[in-house]
Amino acid sequence: MSKISGMSTTNNIGAKTGLTLDKVEITLHGEPLVAANAHISPGEILTVMGPSGSGKSILLAYVAGFLDPVFSATGRIRLNGLDVSDLPPERRGMGLLFQDPLLFPHLSVGGNMMFGLAPAIKGHAARREAVEAALRHVGMGDFFDRDPATLSGGQRARVALMRTLLSRPEALLLDEPFSNLDTARRGQVRERVFAEARQLGLPVLLVTHDVADAKAAGGPCIELA
Amino acid sequence: MLRLVPAGAFLVLIGPVLAGLLGAALPAFGYLPAIGGEKLSLGPFGDLAAMPGLLRSCLLSLTIGLVTTALSYVIVVAFIAGWRGTALFRAMERLVSPLLSVPHAAAAFGLAVLIMPSGFLVRLVSPWATGWQRPPDILIVNDPLGLAMMAGLIVKEIPFLLLVSLAALPQIRAGQFGHVTASLGYGRIAGFVFGVLPALYRQIRLPVFAVLAYATSVVDVALILGPTTPPPLAVRILQWQADPDLAMRFVAASGALLHLAVTGLALLIWVFGEKAMARLCAVLQTAGRRGRDDKVWRHLAVTLISASAFIVLAGILLLALWSIAGLWRYPDLLPEAFTLNVWVRSLPGFAVPLANAVIIGIASSLAATAIALGALEYESRAGLTPTIRALVALYLPLLVPQIAFLLGLNVVFIWAHLDGRLAALVLVHLVFVFPYVLLSLSDPWRAWDRRYGLMARALRHGPDAVFWRIRLPMLLRPVLTAAAVGFAVSIGLYLPTLLIGAGRWPTITTEAVALAAGGNRRVIGATALLQALLPFAGFTLALVVPALLFRDRRAMRPAA
Repeated sequence: MSKISGMSTTNNIGAKTGLTLDKVEITLHGEPLVAANAHISPGEILTVMGPSGSGKSILLAYVAGFLDPVFSATGRIRLNGLDVSDLPPERRGMGLLFQDPLLFPHLSVGGNMMFGLAPAIKGHAARREAVEAALRHVGMGDFFDRDPATLSGGQRARVALMRTLLSRPEALLLDEPFSNLDTARRGQVRERVFAEARQLGLPVLLVTHDVADAKAAGGPCIELA
Repeated sequence: MLRLVPAGAFLVLIGPVLAGLLGAALPAFGYLPAIGGEKLSLGPFGDLAAMPGLLRSCLLSLTIGLVTTALSYVIVVAFIAGWRGTALFRAMERLVSPLLSVPHAAAAFGLAVLIMPSGFLVRLVSPWATGWQRPPDILIVNDPLGLAMMAGLIVKEIPFLLLVSLAALPQIRAGQFGHVTASLGYGRIAGFVFGVLPALYRQIRLPVFAVLAYATSVVDVALILGPTTPPPLAVRILQWQADPDLAMRFVAASGALLHLAVTGLALLIWVFGEKAMARLCAVLQTAGRRGRDDKVWRHLAVTLISASAFIVLAGILLLALWSIAGLWRYPDLLPEAFTLNVWVRSLPGFAVPLANAVIIGIASSLAATAIALGALEYESRAGLTPTIRALVALYLPLLVPQIAFLLGLNVVFIWAHLDGRLAALVLVHLVFVFPYVLLSLSDPWRAWDRRYGLMARALRHGPDAVFWRIRLPMLLRPVLTAAAVGFAVSIGLYLPTLLIGAGRWPTITTEAVALAAGGNRRVIGATALLQALLPFAGFTLALVVPALLFRDRRAMRPAA
C-alpha cells in the first residue's frame, strides 16, 4: 500500500483554513490501495508523485467526490474547517483540472466560462463582463465567441484554468494537468496555475509523475511506490 | 422519479406482449363473453384444424422464415468475411442506413414492379432476347412457393444484419483476429469463420432470432409479394379475424397460438442448425483446412449483396417513375409521357393518412427516446451495467410473432374501451419502436467521455444540469438519429396500425398495403414513394439539425 503522511510546515491538523485529508484510506475488495494523512495550507501545493497504478488518481477522485463505487474509503476530508466527505462533488468547492482541458465542444470559449462562472454573479451584463475580464487576464481578450476546437494547446489550458477559477473553488485538485502540453508550454502553464493558486490562497493537491512539476510546486512532496 | 424509468421501460416492453398473449389464449379456448364464448373448450382448435390448406400455410411460414434468415445471414457473413477493410466494404457501410430506412412495404412494391412479368427486368430483355411480344404468362410475384416474398424480405434483412454486425465488430476486436488468422495462412473467409465468427455470432444472435421471428410472421410483405393459395399463416389469421362471421374470431385466436408454436419451431430448428454448423466448423478446423481458394465465394457474396442493394434502390426509383408516368406500354423501357395526374388526384386523399403516420411516428419515437434517455441516465447514475436479462426483455416483442400478441392485445383494449384510441395505437407502436431506439442510442451514450461530467460537477453543477446542459447537447446527433430510427420503425408498422387502430387511424402504410390487391401501379408508386420518403425525411432532419446548431463547432462534426 502507498502511504502518504505529509504534514505541512505549519503542522496543525484540524486548523480552520486549508484542505485536510484526515486518515484517508482507500481499499479495493478489502485490499489497501492508498492511504493519506495530510494538511495543505492556503496557497500551499502538496505534490503526490507516483507511477500509474499507484492509486494517486484514485485518491484525487475521492477528495473530489467521485470515487468509483468499486472502491471503499474511510477517513474524512475537511475544507476550511467544513467536513465535505459526504457532500456531492458540486457542493465540495474543489476545482478540478485534468490532463485534457475538457472544454465542452458544443459551447464557445465564452460559453464554457459562463458555465463555470459562479451563480453568485448575477445579471447577464455582469456575468459577461466577468468572463471577458478573465479572458483578458490570460491575454485572450477577443476569444469569447471562438470555437474551443480552434485553440492551441496552451490556449485551451488557460481557458480550462480560468473556467475552474471562475467557479470560485476553495481548493484546487490537479490530475497531471500539464502532461499533454509540449515542453515549451508546460513551464508557462505550470507557472500560471501555481501563481493563480498562491494569489487566491487556494490549497492545491497535485498528482503527477513528472519530477519537474514537483520541483516547480516547491511544497511538500510525497512519493508513492 | 428517474428510478422508475427502467421498471417503466420493462413494463412497456413486456406488459403488452404478456397481456396480448393472454388476450389471445382465452378466446383460443373458446372464452370471449362479448361474442358469446362463455366456457372453455377445445372447439376453436378443432375448427382451426379443419381449415383447408392449414398445414401448407404453416409450412410456408416456417420455410419462408428459415430460408430468408439463413440466406440473409450467410450473405452478410460472407461479405464481411471476404471484404472487410476494402473500399467496397466502406461504400456498403455508407449504404446501410439509407437501405434500412426504406419501409418493408415500399421495398416489396419496388421489387414487384421490378420483377413482375410486365416489370422493368423483363422489359430490359424483351422482346429482342426473349421474344416476348407481350408480358409472359408466368406467376412471378405471389408465386406459390413464396420465392418473391423471400427475396423481398432478404433485401431488407441484409442491411439490418449488416448494421448489427458492424456495431459488434469493433467490440470483439475483429481486426486483430483477422491479422492472426491471415498470418497462419488462412483465406479471408475461412479465417473469419474460424477466428471471428464465433464471437460475432454471440453478439448478433438475438437480432438474428428477431429476423427469424419477423420473417415467419410478417403480414404486409406477404400481402404484396406472398403466395395466395394459400397464403402464409399470419395472413390467414388476419383473414379469419376480418371474417364477418364472428365465430371465426375464435379460430383466429387459436391460429395466433398456433403461430406462436410455428415461430417457436422455427427458432428451435435454427438452434439445432447452430449446433450442426458449430460441429461442422470444429471438424474442418481440426483438419486444418486453410480455405485459401475462396475467390469464387468472395465474388458471389459481393454480387448478391450489391444485387440486394440495387433491388431496393432501383425499386424506389421505379415507383417514383410509375407515379409520374403517362402512357407506358409494354415493352417500352420508359414511359412515353410524364404527368402529375396521379399526384394531383391522390394528394387530397393522402393528407389524412400522412398526418396520422407522422403524428403516431413522432409521438411514439419521442416517447421511446425519452424513456431510453431516462433508462440510460439512470444506469449511469446508479453505476449499473446492462445485464443479459434486460437484453432479452428488449428483444421479447421482436421475438414473438406480431400477430400472436396483437390479436389478443386488441381484445384487451376492446375490453378496456381503448380500441381505436390514439393513445393505444401510440403505446403499441412504442412496443416495437423502443427496442430499436434503445439499441441505437445505448452505444454512443455509453461511449461518452465521463470526465466531461466530472468536470461539470466540479464546476458546481448538479447531475440534472450535467444531463441537460452537457451530455444531451454533446450527444444530440446520436439522440436525434435514434429518434429517426424509431420514427422509421413506426412508419413501417403495418399490422399493429391495422389491428389496434381499428380502421380509425389509416396511415400511409396501411393505405399502401391495401392497394396491393388493386394493382394500379401509378397510385401504388405514389403511395409507396411517400411511405419511403417519410423515414428519409426523419433521418435528414437528424443530420441537418445538429449540423446547423453546431455549425461553428468543429469538434461536434461527425467523424468522417
